[in-house]
Amino acid sequence: MRRRVLPGFGLSLGYAVAYLGLIVLLPLAALAWKASDVGFSGILRLLSSPRTQAALKLSFGGALVAACVNVVVGLAVTWALVRYRFPGRRVLDALIDLPFALPTAVAGIALTAIYAPNGWLGRWLVPLGIQVAYTPLGVLVAMVFVGFPFVVRTLQPVLQSLEQEVEDAAESLGATAAQTFLRVILPTLLPTLLTGFALALARAVGEYGSVIFIAGNIPLRSEIAPLLIVQKLEEFDYAGASALGIVMLLFSLALLVLVSVVQRWTRRWAEAAA
Amino acid sequence: MKLRPTLLSLAAAVVALPVMAKDITLLNVSYDPTRELYKGINTAFAADWKAKHGDSVTIQMSHGGSGKQARAVVDGLPADVVTLALAYDIDAVADRGLLGKDWQSRLPDNASPYTSTIVFLVRKGNPKAIHDWGDLVKNGVQVITPNPKTSGGARWNFLAAWGYALKQPGGNDDTAKAYVKTLFQHVPVLDTGARGATNTFAQRGIGDVLVAWENEALLAKQGPGGDQFEIVIPSVTIVAEPPVAVVDKNAAAHGTRDVADAYLKFLYSPQAQDIEARNFYRPRSADVAAKYAAQFPKVNTFTLNDVFGDWRKAQAKFFAEGALFDQIGPGN
Repeated sequence: MRRRVLPGFGLSLGYAVAYLGLIVLLPLAALAWKASDVGFSGILRLLSSPRTQAALKLSFGGALVAACVNVVVGLAVTWALVRYRFPGRRVLDALIDLPFALPTAVAGIALTAIYAPNGWLGRWLVPLGIQVAYTPLGVLVAMVFVGFPFVVRTLQPVLQSLEQEVEDAAESLGATAAQTFLRVILPTLLPTLLTGFALALARAVGEYGSVIFIAGNIPLRSEIAPLLIVQKLEEFDYAGASALGIVMLLFSLALLVLVSVVQRWTRRWAEAAA
Repeated sequence: MKLRPTLLSLAAAVVALPVMAKDITLLNVSYDPTRELYKGINTAFAADWKAKHGDSVTIQMSHGGSGKQARAVVDGLPADVVTLALAYDIDAVADRGLLGKDWQSRLPDNASPYTSTIVFLVRKGNPKAIHDWGDLVKNGVQVITPNPKTSGGARWNFLAAWGYALKQPGGNDDTAKAYVKTLFQHVPVLDTGARGATNTFAQRGIGDVLVAWENEALLAKQGPGGDQFEIVIPSVTIVAEPPVAVVDKNAAAHGTRDVADAYLKFLYSPQAQDIEARNFYRPRSADVAAKYAAQFPKVNTFTLNDVFGDWRKAQAKFFAEGALFDQIGPGN
């Protein structure tokens, strides 16, 4: 066996498993254990409540839309950052990480201040009939904000390594710009775009801090699923909160598995096309 | 032997320790708007205790949402005393065996050394002419109140509104239910906590009236831009009683029972009552109340016990999962 720089397979695997177990699996097991007080029928009852359904729909639906927006906008922004040189490019590049670093509550309060009916943007939007703060649209804005850097940061290195020669070749062979984009660039980027999509989605689903301030928190309308968990905890209903947590966990897991299946499928397809 | 002098002096120190002044630390787990209040109380109490016993007491504070704080104590936050927004939250700690279930009868006045009440904050000039609870459900009036499911303060708001409706001619559970249902249809934003609702109303300019604790309303009026608001006292409202209790198990484990008891009793002393009044809480002491009569106009109030029995009953009837608030909740 070849010698590796870091200690052997046994040690690193053991470390990886122990660490993952302690940080990820053990808390999830505790969640499942607390939820087991409610039982399967309890979880079903929870799911059948219109309020839970509305909240889950807003959390997951909002996250899906936000991830889609981020993929499209993120691609455009990354393209500009990688392919062009312009004054302020480095500043722009650094700004993208801001949603990573900012405490989510600060982000939420700032977004609300801007979009509230008396805020900088809100005062122009509300007369046009576009109410952002305290509506599902506001939830979407916050979700787009927190998910944005994930798309750019996953896409950036791949776009950097993409060789311009391939595009030039396509052009010299008579391809139009649209053809070059759709048949040369997009297939190579698609698996990465999906990774960015999955990360932005995952972040938006679980986001509490920034969303809670801009959501109106009105049941059935602008109430996110994590808020329902907080409400159960306020009633000292640990089991109910855990049960809702498990439901969110399963939904998220299913979504991420689905994305990774599509990702694998597109990668194979991209390799076959190349 | 070289060690002996050191050992001797150590032994001497150990023997001498009990006669020297002690350093005592207490942890008071409280809720959000009491930050400024307890800053003053703690300094006064430490001075008082030092004068009487010679020991220095340091009181550490933890602030947060009342329910969240109660959960933290249940989950092991080693609080010697809890000073929360409503008795239900201390009941929850008692249910886990951390203190006796009779805690509320151990101190005077339902174990609430200071009270507050629920009032309205309206915009300057009172443009929507809001004078009483009935005006909150007029056409075009937007009401800001936090969510009773996540905020202890909001539960006092809800019960105050319910009590008002009950006290109207012909009032009963059905008319009260109809009234609060309409009321919550006038709520455009349900913040998760009382301070958040104050911000929504004061900073974001949303709504025509904020239903708030009197101490929060007075604080908002004192803050920057406070001259933009007016306080309206409704015809009838509830006495909000934020209770205090020693957490028996923790105090016993820390050996702080005596000082914890003294700390809570101190809250009823004239000196502490004055600090409470200066922080906009209504004092129990008649003398101190007389001194601050200008700040606290006379209100027509009912207590939670008058109308609802106790907090456990109120919680079960209105705020538990699937209970009345869930049935009439906004959006339904």
